[in-house]
Amino acid sequence: MAKLESKVPSGPLADKWRKHKADIKLVNPANKRKYDIIVVGAGLAGSSSAATLAELGYKVKSFVFHDSPRRAHSIAAQGGINAAKNYQNDGDSVYRLFYDTIKGGDYRSREANVHRLAEVSVNIIDQCAAQGVPFAREYGGLLANRSFGGAQVSRTFYARGQTGQQLLLGAYSALSRMVGAGAVELHTNSEMLDLVIVNGHAKGIIVRNLLTGAIERHAADAVILATGGYGNVYNLSTYARQSNATAIWRAYKRGACLANPCYTQIHPTCIPVSGDYQSKLTLMSESLRNDGRIWVPKKKEDRLKEPNAISEGDRDYYLERMYPAFGNLCPRDIASRAAKRVCDEGRGVGESGLGVYLDFSDAIRRLGENGVRERYGNLFDIYHEITAESAYQVPMRIYPAIHYTMGGLWVDYNLMSNVPGLFVLGEANFSDHGANRLGASALMQGLADGYFVIPYTIGDYLAGQKPGSRPSPDAPEFKAAEESILGVTKRLLSTKGREPVSHFHKRLGKLMWEHCGMARTASGLRQALKELPQLREEFWATVNVPGSGDTLNQSLEKAGRVADFIELGELLCLDALTREESCGGHFREEHQYPDGECKRDDENFGHVAAWEFQGEGKAPLLNKEPLNYETVKMSLRNYK
Amino acid sequence: MVASSTSKSSLSVTLRVWRQAGPNQPGKFVDYAAKDLNPDMSFLEMLDVVNDDITTKGEEPIAFAHDCREGICGTCSCTINGKPHGPGRGIATCQLYMRSFHDGDLIVVEPFRARSFPVIKDLITDRSAFDKIMQAGGFITVRTGAAPDANSIPVPKHDADLAMDAAACIGCGACVAACRNASAMLFVSAKVSQLGLFPQGQPERDKRVLAMVSTMDAMGFGNCTNQYECSAACPKTISHDFIARMNRDYLKASFRSVFKPVSNSTGGGAA
Repeated sequence: MAKLESKVPSGPLADKWRKHKADIKLVNPANKRKYDIIVVGAGLAGSSSAATLAELGYKVKSFVFHDSPRRAHSIAAQGGINAAKNYQNDGDSVYRLFYDTIKGGDYRSREANVHRLAEVSVNIIDQCAAQGVPFAREYGGLLANRSFGGAQVSRTFYARGQTGQQLLLGAYSALSRMVGAGAVELHTNSEMLDLVIVNGHAKGIIVRNLLTGAIERHAADAVILATGGYGNVYNLSTYARQSNATAIWRAYKRGACLANPCYTQIHPTCIPVSGDYQSKLTLMSESLRNDGRIWVPKKKEDRLKEPNAISEGDRDYYLERMYPAFGNLCPRDIASRAAKRVCDEGRGVGESGLGVYLDFSDAIRRLGENGVRERYGNLFDIYHEITAESAYQVPMRIYPAIHYTMGGLWVDYNLMSNVPGLFVLGEANFSDHGANRLGASALMQGLADGYFVIPYTIGDYLAGQKPGSRPSPDAPEFKAAEESILGVTKRLLSTKGREPVSHFHKRLGKLMWEHCGMARTASGLRQALKELPQLREEFWATVNVPGSGDTLNQSLEKAGRVADFIELGELLCLDALTREESCGGHFREEHQYPDGECKRDDENFGHVAAWEFQGEGKAPLLNKEPLNYETVKMSLRNYK
Repeated sequence: MVASSTSKSSLSVTLRVWRQAGPNQPGKFVDYAAKDLNPDMSFLEMLDVVNDDITTKGEEPIAFAHDCREGICGTCSCTINGKPHGPGRGIATCQLYMRSFHDGDLIVVEPFRARSFPVIKDLITDRSAFDKIMQAGGFITVRTGAAPDANSIPVPKHDADLAMDAAACIGCGACVAACRNASAMLFVSAKVSQLGLFPQGQPERDKRVLAMVSTMDAMGFGNCTNQYECSAACPKTISHDFIARMNRDYLKASFRSVFKPVSNSTGGGAA
């Protein structure tokens, strides 16, 4: 049984982080250079932590499977980043950002972590502005804000529709500076395939050089995983095609607990699926909900009519009707389920019937076409490229899609997993978003973890490790891990069955979406848990991975990732089945109020579910970390 | 924007694809038939389908670089019918849809061609030279935690907007592939301009442009001869005006580096 000690400091909520920083151990500057730290992943959390730790004097090795750190999928975040700056003088504060995030997460996140996130949010904006991130500005030269779902203040900073790109390029430039200075050793085209544990501590990784196929061993004093979420379990998602869960899954299999995997986020505003060949669902930023109005026809028979031919009286602006206080800006999980509900009623639009309108005609009347173009031009362009339709003339058609995973590896307040020496940052950990993440909070968390949390907390661990005590990569644990990876690779390459990897990924995705998507039932989840092991067996028996292991081989890369997705999918369904309540992104049809809202069960499920691997073929062990709410009262989320 | 063909019926095309097993190995064009395609399919989805066919036949699929498939990560990189990222203005390959082709078309697909971007396999090239240029100076030195309040440094909206235009670069390398000199000046000038437009970027402005340009030269990229193929191919339509801005910066910095008085004390307390 894993020991889950949250290490949340005592004392009043607002003082915890300050007190903790004063209490934890430090590593003196001359000793820092004696420690090697491995950082896997180079998105917001990975790049920002690698750069900052190198600035502090640690020797950092950065690993990324992309050809450059700048490609990580943080780059695709469109809308913005939250910070409690209160530059708008509209009543924002650290407490309000904290409270909105806790409430948005449906009371399933850790209070102390979320409060710290809100506290450091203001430093992130300062840091990024100083790096030259081109945030949107007002005519006076000061920073501009926009509003986002789940909040009644304007606290979102943005750079056109490319905020993630600009923040990532800021972190990438900080990382590049340290690479240029020789303080970070950069390993591109390097995919982590295993975590190496020596005497119970994470002390290294095994990577495959994707260009040469060489399997390499790397030892360090601590390992940081910042490898993102696992949403591609669903195959079709807004994730990048290569985003994968292999690093966290292999860490899970080495003993790190995976927490709340069933908390997956479905984004309400994506472009609907058009065919079986589809590889990707494209997000239309939530910021569009500021000015766009969402509706479907009131009458089923109108659903294939030209939208502009449906009169105002025959339209159902269902979010405005159901949630008058927040309207089109209600949180993502609520907006997604509402879309599903109206489509299930047979009022969905488009050929497939799985779509709702996002209409800008009112905004165009109010702001003029140019005004709308200035705010959302690039998003309208993306929409046009994909659908060949102009959203200036006809409403967009949108539908929810998998977008983010709130679950991830379990971490304590120091962001360390239950495996000492293994730290997990950003989307890869579980800690800050509870059962639902608010818009513009992912960028905030990635950078908070990387710039402002890990640089302090990693010292507390390293101070207890003797300088120079890290094992050699020749240690037997490294050899054993390498051999197990070579074994898996050989098995994948030698099957030479009849089906390409994509065949299994598509089937997995359909199964997961059907039984463990926006609405889940016990019987559906049991069905999925029956079919997934069959799919896994079929995969290993009939997959076709052409080519060899000693060269660039994209089929082999995909095969390893999909094999892990199938296993993770099983754990996800098990977690969803075990959590007999509805909360945030996890909606069990058996547990709802008459109006369709989530019915939580705080008494029995007010905990973090941290699953622990027990060996192949064995049921994983469920560990529970109780969520102690000291400041906020767990209550029914209300956006009406 | 890509012009869309009006018919919604399926189309079949022939792909003529560059196949090369590894770096420094000879490559050749190989033809593949891609049949009954939905015009709403993206070009890369079409390659996925072709690759699944090739795999089922037991052959090695076409290696191509891709990731986000929404035009922002800069990973995808084919030259299609002689144009980096193919027909259509202001898009990356992943944003190209089959509706921009016609039934029966022959489509030639190659890797980005440039001396500084050696081919790794098939359509994938090594663009790490861009990272090297960034490491030489593509940043503002600001230690984490040392930044002043963001609103203590006002930036005129006009400058911030222009900086954002430059910052939109996705680092794909289409500018290099489009240029007959394989020049990287659009890429480098975009970063130099973005940072140079901010007050925060002034202290290192000279040093930055000198370091980035000299690394660019060392990486084997050519010079600009004002053909502007780069901005025409750029998926973010970044303007070649930034090249002029960089040349101006470079010239000024070169003079200043010669004539500017230099302190005798080296470190001056800087860590």
